[in-house]
Amino acid sequence: MILHTINKSPQNPALKTCLRVAAKDSAILLIEDGVYAALPGPDLEALLQHKVYALAPDIKARGLLEKLSPQITLVDYSGFVALVEQYDTVQSWY
Amino acid sequence: MKFSLAIYGAPCSSQAPDTAYYFAKAALASGHDIYRLFFYMDGVQNASRLATPPQDEQNIPARWSELIKAHNIDAVVCIAAALRRGVLDKSEADRYEKDANNLADGFNLSGLGQLIDAGIESDRLITFGC
Repeated sequence: MILHTINKSPQNPALKTCLRVAAKDSAILLIEDGVYAALPGPDLEALLQHKVYALAPDIKARGLLEKLSPQITLVDYSGFVALVEQYDTVQSWY
Repeated sequence: MKFSLAIYGAPCSSQAPDTAYYFAKAALASGHDIYRLFFYMDGVQNASRLATPPQDEQNIPARWSELIKAHNIDAVVCIAAALRRGVLDKSEADRYEKDANNLADGFNLSGLGQLIDAGIESDRLITFGC
């Protein structure tokens, strides 16, 4: 099982490319500007076909805490580490 | 677990150095080992000890040097990427007859083979792209 990380906002092709290839049992972790994908938008439904996490410090830094979809789980850096441990491989999209 | 981190972004133009640094700190705090930090492409700027940000901002190269020293981490900077961006250690500065060198403490210049080795020898290789 793969953990995908996305660090670009949904305007960048990274999110769409990831969603095109990610298997159902893969998780997606939104980091840096990737956290904007946690807001309501055209790609949210496709994104939520996967287990989705977002890096809390990046969500907070951008003032998105009140706006993100409730199906998205927030993690801190130690949660990021735990996800890397839990999944076999990390695929970074940037 | 043994983790290696590949960092492709430069301070000032990318958040990748920050994310990688806090990930490395959290990994060490959780009892994991860092097998190698590999700085590639614009990420080589993380290793310039001449970076002089304002005093109320983070000095990212100095912060890496402290972490590398404190945990005895192998920190490799891609030599080809570094030389073309003006990040040189003493022996490269001498070889190319430059009047200065700027590779920060704890970093080493080496080849891309070290990234392949990190991928083979580590349980996880995490890329922090820019």
